[in-house]
Amino acid sequence: MFESYDPREGRILTFLDDAGKLAPFPPGMPRLTDEQALAAYKTMVLSRQVDEWAVSLNRQGRMPTYALNKGQEANSVGALMAMRPDDWFVPAFRELGGMLVRGVSLKQYFLYWFGNEWANHMPAAQFHMMPISVPVGSQMLHAVGLAWAERYQGTDRIAITFMGEGASSEGEFHEACNLAGVWKTGVIIYAQNNHWSISLPWSKQSASATLAEKAFAYGFPGIRIDGNDIFAVYAAVRLAADRARAGEGPTLIEGLTYRLGAHTTSDDPTKYRTDEEVKQWEKRDPLLRLERYLLRTKALSEDETRHIREQSLACAQTAFEEAEQAPDTVVEDIFHYLYLQTPQIMEAQLERRKA
Amino acid sequence: MKVLTLIEAVTDALRTEMMSDRSVIVFGEDVGVEGGVFRATAGLQKEFGEGRCFDTPISEAGIVGAAVGMAIVGLRPVVEIQFSGFVFPAFNQIASHVSRIRNRTRGALSAPMVIRMPYGGGIRAPEHHSESVEALFGHIPGLKVVIPSTPHDAKGLLIAAIRDPDPVIYLEPARAYRAVRQEVPEEGYAVEIGAARVEAEGDDLTIISYGAQMMEARQARQALAAEGHSVELIDLRTIYPFDSNAVVESVRKTGRLLVVHEGPQSFGVAAELMATVMEHAFDRLEAPPARLAGPDVIYPMPRGEKHYLISAEQVMAEARKVMSYEP
Repeated sequence: MFESYDPREGRILTFLDDAGKLAPFPPGMPRLTDEQALAAYKTMVLSRQVDEWAVSLNRQGRMPTYALNKGQEANSVGALMAMRPDDWFVPAFRELGGMLVRGVSLKQYFLYWFGNEWANHMPAAQFHMMPISVPVGSQMLHAVGLAWAERYQGTDRIAITFMGEGASSEGEFHEACNLAGVWKTGVIIYAQNNHWSISLPWSKQSASATLAEKAFAYGFPGIRIDGNDIFAVYAAVRLAADRARAGEGPTLIEGLTYRLGAHTTSDDPTKYRTDEEVKQWEKRDPLLRLERYLLRTKALSEDETRHIREQSLACAQTAFEEAEQAPDTVVEDIFHYLYLQTPQIMEAQLERRKA
Repeated sequence: MKVLTLIEAVTDALRTEMMSDRSVIVFGEDVGVEGGVFRATAGLQKEFGEGRCFDTPISEAGIVGAAVGMAIVGLRPVVEIQFSGFVFPAFNQIASHVSRIRNRTRGALSAPMVIRMPYGGGIRAPEHHSESVEALFGHIPGLKVVIPSTPHDAKGLLIAAIRDPDPVIYLEPARAYRAVRQEVPEEGYAVEIGAARVEAEGDDLTIISYGAQMMEARQARQALAAEGHSVELIDLRTIYPFDSNAVVESVRKTGRLLVVHEGPQSFGVAAELMATVMEHAFDRLEAPPARLAGPDVIYPMPRGEKHYLISAEQVMAEARKVMSYEP
């Protein structure tokens, strides 16, 4: 299937237009059902409301620096819906939607941005998920190893990892792609190309016409998709997952998307990009496109959209209050989880901190 | 018991653990078919198959980064970095992930693995093949760092490192690979990480060293004994978490300390040991704690090594100075 969407020929996989009209699916192309589409919509609304609420909290001084997902929600929501719940999920840091698909609680999510490591206490047996990875481009290698080890253990679990387009300039992106190709591991590398890595546009990030085409040099397929079209995301990841599970190796997916908000609450994007550009992308907002589709097919009414938004905001507010009231980090927390058994040298340091 | 060299003891440890635990896998550059450039993994691929001992592309960050994922699934990767001077591309993975996964997840996930590498000079190798990197790793919270100086400890420490629930940097003194022979038990045994070894007891001075430099320290101790000096010699074995009790206890007995190591002096292991002694044995000191360490220079290429390495004569001279010190 990927052969028909060669990025080097300018092809981009897309089904849903800006007005919410869905193009016909070719035979064999996985299609998100209307029921799944509605579930995806609710998750995306929740993610959006969490972002909006986090930004307003940040302005009130109740929330430290926060990285927004706004405008990119379809990528991780669609991708995680196409994976099995026990497949490994290795996020970067703009995949709130995918985390919600995995059942991560909002309280836990807020706790992370609130600055508490207990947010990442997610047992592998339950979540099969790695914590948010801050060092850009370093996490894809973990997914390669996770998938390799699952195959060694004889399971059919695979792994999906996320990165931003800027991470493709890091050496570890190359090492991850190269090892994935050589070892033919069941890994999907999903690059969210939101066009800006903080202030640097793709044209200054790489001389390569597309990110997806880099895959061919590593010996596996790459595909460019409309990352603001949840149907395209689901289809591409589903196809890549089937390939991976069948032992056919990795796939690189470049989801074309746009960060509608700032890089983080500490960033001012007006310094480096134009209002016109943002307005163009607002028309392509993945949430609005899906909403238009659901309204058009009558899977959803205007009243229901309002209700879902209100309910989601309330959820976000409640979860944040829970996170705010959660016990603060105690001094033992920062000492007792470096090693299974804390060395005596550190215990002595802890005693002095407590004294 | 068989008499083994230090590097044979490394191979023996790997084989022992691979035999008893299927989750132990060994990989790195040229470790499979060739058995490693120093032959530390000789015969393992033949014995355990390509699935458990395999060659990787030249990709240090890739080797260590992939090992993180493997360890989280439950495997015990033992990876080889061909020379300590080539570990730097993997530094991001080690300092940002290997050492931090347990803390980052408050214990939900962990990445136990062993990162082995030959280190240190004196092997007349090209540039970037002789670095002493123990202090760099010892300074990264979340890692354990061990260095054997004998075949017995090489086997026992490596087995302990493989069985350890946390990541261990296992530094192998390349100069001692074939220079030291010793009887080594055939069965598997662990040498406790975090425990120094008093190699020889004495009353006049404590000399602490580790790795290849132990060879000069031993020679010096013997020669000093012939002169009538009673020197206690301690092999530190673990850089982090180091055995402060053994260090303090010995210096409280002898009242004098000399630390000898190859790595650069400033912010080196000796500085930490001396500070510990000042904190906990100050009232017993009869002389200022002393150190003989590598200078703060880039490790020279072979024509300059003689200006860098520390000889037994230099250890003896420094030891005499510490023992004869009077306020």
